Amino acid sequence: MKLTLKIITVLFISLLVSCGGKEEKKEETFSYQKKAPTEKKEEAPKVETVKASEKIDLTNKGVGPIKSVELPADIDQSMATKGEDIYKKMCTACHRVDKKFIGPAPTGILERRTPEWIMNMILNPEEMVQNDPLAKELLIEFNGSPMANQNLTEDEARAVLEYFRTLK
Amino acid sequence: MKNFFKLSIGLFFTAVAFTSCNDQKSNKSNGALSSSNAEKVYIAPGEHDSHYAFLSGGYSGNLTVYGLPSGRMFKEIPVFSQFPTNGYGYSEETKPMLETSYGFVPWDDSHHPDISQTNGKLDGRWIFINGNNTPRIARISLTTFETEEIIEVPNSAGNHSSSFITENTEYVVAGTRFSVPVPQRDMSIKDYKGNFKGALTFISVDPEHGHMDIKFQVLMPGFNYDLSHPGRGKSHGWFFFTTYNTEEANSLLEVNASQNDKDFIAAINWKKIEEYVNNGGGTMMPAKYAHNLHSDVTHTATSTMKNEVRVVNPSEVPGAVFLLPTPKSPHGCDVDPTGEYIVGNGKLSANLTVHSFTKMIDAIENKKFDGDAYGIPILKFEDVLAGSVEQPGLGPLHTEFDGKGNAYTTFFISSEVVKWKLGTWEVIDRKPTYYSVGHLAIPGGNSREPFGKYMFAMNKITKDRYLPTGPEMEHSAQLYDISGDKMELIYDFPTHGEPHYAAAIPAEIIKDQSQKIFKLAENEHPRKTLSDAEGKVVRDGNNVHIYMTMIRSHFSPDNIEGVKVGDKVFFHITNLEQDFDVPHGFAMIGANNAELLIMPGQTRTLTWEAKQVGVWPFYCTDFCSALHQEMQGYIRVSPADSDIELSWSLGE
Repeated sequence: MKLTLKIITVLFISLLVSCGGKEEKKEETFSYQKKAPTEKKEEAPKVETVKASEKIDLTNKGVGPIKSVELPADIDQSMATKGEDIYKKMCTACHRVDKKFIGPAPTGILERRTPEWIMNMILNPEEMVQNDPLAKELLIEFNGSPMANQNLTEDEARAVLEYFRTLK
Repeated sequence: MKNFFKLSIGLFFTAVAFTSCNDQKSNKSNGALSSSNAEKVYIAPGEHDSHYAFLSGGYSGNLTVYGLPSGRMFKEIPVFSQFPTNGYGYSEETKPMLETSYGFVPWDDSHHPDISQTNGKLDGRWIFINGNNTPRIARISLTTFETEEIIEVPNSAGNHSSSFITENTEYVVAGTRFSVPVPQRDMSIKDYKGNFKGALTFISVDPEHGHMDIKFQVLMPGFNYDLSHPGRGKSHGWFFFTTYNTEEANSLLEVNASQNDKDFIAAINWKKIEEYVNNGGGTMMPAKYAHNLHSDVTHTATSTMKNEVRVVNPSEVPGAVFLLPTPKSPHGCDVDPTGEYIVGNGKLSANLTVHSFTKMIDAIENKKFDGDAYGIPILKFEDVLAGSVEQPGLGPLHTEFDGKGNAYTTFFISSEVVKWKLGTWEVIDRKPTYYSVGHLAIPGGNSREPFGKYMFAMNKITKDRYLPTGPEMEHSAQLYDISGDKMELIYDFPTHGEPHYAAAIPAEIIKDQSQKIFKLAENEHPRKTLSDAEGKVVRDGNNVHIYMTMIRSHFSPDNIEGVKVGDKVFFHITNLEQDFDVPHGFAMIGANNAELLIMPGQTRTLTWEAKQVGVWPFYCTDFCSALHQEMQGYIRVSPADSDIELSWSLGE
């Protein structure tokens, strides 16, 4: 009986609160450090502190069908436009040009990865996250969110790569 | 299960031990036979079965897909019944599939699947199945393994002698079990005799798309048309139907429909009637029936109500319809691979009757008639009889063929399958089934070219075959190896619903055509959303349309505000995945219908009524990735008089 009364009181109060105003105050009271501290502690600096998404590896070609890609000096604008269209349709659910979203942003990707690696990541993500050391690390960095295989053709992946060349 | 594996491994090693010791001598000894059975049905993890089997679901209204020889169930395909598992019959796109002239009918009793044929051979394009209760025929794609089309059959009741196809899939044929007044009218049931009609419906199948259209109905005397099969090879162009209740009783059929010494097999020369119809023959009569078609491009079904059907009276086309006397309420009507023999499984008869097509044609040409029924000539029993299998068992129901000159008949009362030889009519072997067998199936067993390696029997009573599960037990199927002279029972597996007939096919004919995804680029759903940027929420009076996408592992948008009490909310959700076997689910708290299971590249719509103020969650039901538990969202529902504008967002 007492318990019921308590529950009713609580409900009543919460009712009052909810009637009180449309905008509810943000009531976040948390006395626990949820995010890792940003400043480094005085321990011996670790050798590996660079995030996988920021690592630069211009030799690794990844795992998959793409063995070699020749990039001419000039960007093929019509191919890049086609690539942008494909990117918007097939990739924007998880990737945004200007920010980290579900996955990393493609801007500047060619300064960090080989063209072969990029295309293999698009065309063969399942094997990449199993067998490529960088892709494996990326999967962990992005909370285990898998890179979806969107079944692009090689030509389509190549066009997306050309579009990425325009993102600097 | 564990014990079973231990047992199978044990048996396997015993078998190895036996065969290695007695290699030369004991090939035919019984000892080694039973122990090698485990090996015959064992499909190692990751290996594939050699055959697909499609079992009707009976009162589940659906079709189940199994592998042979393992007996593993791969899929339940919803056909005539609402299926909350994936939202079939609940989503806005699939609800039209279950429309009929009686309104929305969410259930049926599915009976006889039959795979499409070209030149009398299984071609693996489609599988057809009948709804028995509210007469309908469905066509299921063997590319998507989904129901693509359902056509209602007017003037029919108890659509049982269905859905069998001619040898080039020219027609799928549907015969009525119950005769009824045609057209339906208010009349005394006692005036059944002579007034009721039995409609046999020939539905044409478009050779390219498979689309069905009723070409004509033959209005037969008021018998019960039980089962049917097409002629093939030499008898192509004919169709055969068993009849019972030729007494035309309208009450206590158990007694009153078992009076005649012989009923009939009705032989219909459909080519002749087709020609008559093509030349303008027959009469268009008013009849309401629904034609429902689902498109893989719009991902949407449409239902069209038709208003008339062409009917043909047998007397209009002389020489097209004949009756073959067949003893005692024949059930199954089965035609051998050569097209010569027509087996009438007289379920109350001591013998199995086999008619000869050649003799039938001869009797027709020489006009050797024994009388007529409502103007339809009756041939003399002795003139058309090829032979009979003497006292093979009790209660014969169905016969299939192995393509090597043998026939296999099920006996319901004596619970057995009997193998006998066509032409000599001698019994070669008999094996018990457990218990009370109905249909049996051999892959391609009702085509010109059966694949006579396996046969399975579908039993009505399970009793002690499996661990008890209360008063209701799933029906059992028993798999026999029929590659040798003697049949060998090698496996036993439970089935779902009540399988009547089944159709089976070697896996290599269809497995490579199985579709993996729907291409987003080909999606023409009017309310598709092809990228996050296209996501939106639109109000139309009290209807709120949410255009949403899903991909591993989020919905976009996932926060929606501005919905009000009394609104009807339509979630139009597109799965943006383009990878094999990555469906996402969608469940909304308090939804009065079901969930949605949306295939890659597909769009589906669930309707939800906002009834209470609050913030209500939705989530993905299909564990899609390591972040599946994060795949969720909220809808804020405000009071009806609230002035909160619609808004939507993701990640803000």
